[in-house]
Amino acid sequence: MNRGALELTVGLFVLAGIGALALLAFKVGNLSAANSGESYRISARFDNIGGLTVKAPVTLAGVRIGRVSNISIDRKYYSALVELSIEPKYDNLPVDTSASILTAGLLGAQYVGLDPGGEETFLANGDRIEITQSAVVLEHLIGQLLFNRAEGGGGS
Amino acid sequence: MNSVRSLGAWVIKAIIGWGRAGLFLSHALTAVVLVLRRFGLVVQQLFSVGVLTLVIVLVSGLFVGMVLALQGYNTLVDFGAESQLGLVVALTLTRELGPVLTALLFAGRAGSALTAEIGLMKATEQLAAMEMMAVDPMERVVAPRFLAGFLSMPLLAAMFTLVGVIGGHLVGVGLLGVDSGVYWSSMQEGVDAHADIFNGMIKSLVFGFVVTWVAVFEGYDATPTSEGVSRATTRTVVGSSLAVLGLDFVLTSLMFE
Amino acid sequence: MSPVEHANTDPAALVELRNVDFSFGSRPVFENLNLTIARGQVTAIMGPSGCGKSTLLNFVGGRLTPKSGEVTVDGTLMNTSRRKQLYALRKRMGMLFQRSALLTDFSVFENVAFPIREHTDLPEALVTDLVLLKLQLVGLRGARDHMPSELSGGMARRVALARAIALDPMMVMYDEPFTGLDPISMGVIVRLIRQVNDALGMTSIVVTHDVREGCSIADYVYLIGGGNVIDHGTPEQLQNSDSPQVQQFMGGLPDGPVPYHYPAPDYLSELFGEEPK
Repeated sequence: MNRGALELTVGLFVLAGIGALALLAFKVGNLSAANSGESYRISARFDNIGGLTVKAPVTLAGVRIGRVSNISIDRKYYSALVELSIEPKYDNLPVDTSASILTAGLLGAQYVGLDPGGEETFLANGDRIEITQSAVVLEHLIGQLLFNRAEGGGGS
Repeated sequence: MNSVRSLGAWVIKAIIGWGRAGLFLSHALTAVVLVLRRFGLVVQQLFSVGVLTLVIVLVSGLFVGMVLALQGYNTLVDFGAESQLGLVVALTLTRELGPVLTALLFAGRAGSALTAEIGLMKATEQLAAMEMMAVDPMERVVAPRFLAGFLSMPLLAAMFTLVGVIGGHLVGVGLLGVDSGVYWSSMQEGVDAHADIFNGMIKSLVFGFVVTWVAVFEGYDATPTSEGVSRATTRTVVGSSLAVLGLDFVLTSLMFE
Repeated sequence: MSPVEHANTDPAALVELRNVDFSFGSRPVFENLNLTIARGQVTAIMGPSGCGKSTLLNFVGGRLTPKSGEVTVDGTLMNTSRRKQLYALRKRMGMLFQRSALLTDFSVFENVAFPIREHTDLPEALVTDLVLLKLQLVGLRGARDHMPSELSGGMARRVALARAIALDPMMVMYDEPFTGLDPISMGVIVRLIRQVNDALGMTSIVVTHDVREGCSIADYVYLIGGGNVIDHGTPEQLQNSDSPQVQQFMGGLPDGPVPYHYPAPDYLSELFGEEPK
């Protein structure tokens, strides 16, 4: 193979490799050109986070707007402190937005769903979501069910 | 007692071998810096090392992706989670199978060829002839091949992964009835460009370094007879494969804890 | 840059080995060896197989270093030279390997052009002229586009010779150049070595065990054996030597100071002494 053809083939090979990498990053992964800009962080306190993990999605109206960036213990209130990283373009969350830990599907992973409030001021970096709903713990649910049945008496 | 002695002797021999390999690496890296000025040599090796490994990588990637889809579907359908097939295929490929299998294929095809080539040059005194012509064989022969192997690996791994994902699509969507949109969206939801794809590429860079290092060293260090070259080639394939698998464990536990 | 180390040398000598000791692992090869290669001459180094003749060439080329002693080439001490000096000196040496050692991926032309392209910045037209000149000298200008695998042993050796003299070195070393050749090729190589040496005013060192051919072209001969120089002199001097070792080698006698039988226990007792198992 002569010199020119060799160099051309190698050049194509390298381009194909880089192209594959780019395709992977953008189409298979979640890299997007609009991911520039720093996400801002807000926190929320939960009594029980259930099976929530770091990197779990944060959604608004079912659309993912961010991810859980950190989970820690709030020592003063003996509850879980969850840090949410929200993409910068979603900067219009009212300060009275509520956060709940929901389950995706029957066996799915858990995520944080946001429900917008009605206030006119918006959440900014470092703010706290006050209204939260903890995850549903299966044992509590079963216990509640048995308790309710027992209370309802031996009837229907 | 004799077996203990021979074990000890074997260990000492192995450690001396690694010492030689380390020394070799330092010379090779110095030579790599110098060979950048003559990039034409690297381009030539990129062809014989990279381009010629492409076919086996693409074909294997396709088949691996298809098998992943088959097996993945069989398991997921029991949990009613077949919608996650795209994610399973993509994650398995980007995190593990892409870098590792490409490295193993590379070791078998390109690594053994490198060892045989350099070993044969040593056995036919071509390396000695270069030395006597005041041309450093490290610069002229070893360094271009080293650089080419290192650069080719992530490119090949990326293409393997991509073809594998497509193969998974062919089987999952085309054969097993998973919805195409769901296939791609489950993937995009779950595969993180930084954590998964980037880390996978780091893995294949590390593998590329190690596999090429072993291949080039074994060739350079081979006993200059035909039997010696053949043994060196075997050592390359076995040694670099084991190294890849071992490093994979280490890297995975570091990256994906 | 540290100055090149010079030794006190005889200006008529191109290469000097003084008090050289060397062993391969535990096996001693040379002990207090002294050897001088005169400028402008063809010097043959002869001896039985395994006596270490090729090792001597490796000393001169700087690829091996003796345990003790000095190796001097053109006034420069080889064993203490830095890598840069070593490479500079090697550009002025040519070496013909036993199996030609042509670069298998390159054609005949490219093989001969290799040292020129690596070490000079000459334009391609000039390089071509030089290569054709060297190939013409060895009679292979027409084979310029052949690949080494297409050449016979004799032709390959001639190409290797053309490559060795590509940069017009001051010295060429030949490692067993006559081995394995048919009579015609042998005659060609013998004539070429002498021609090249005289035409280009070089010094040649020929390592061989071929007494007849070696003596036919050498101006001076060294006979190596038992870790040292057995004898040295002009070919005629050696032919007329009365040392039994020299006589056995030069005459090709099967038995003499180098015994025919490998050391073994007594023949009769080995035949009849063993009890059947």
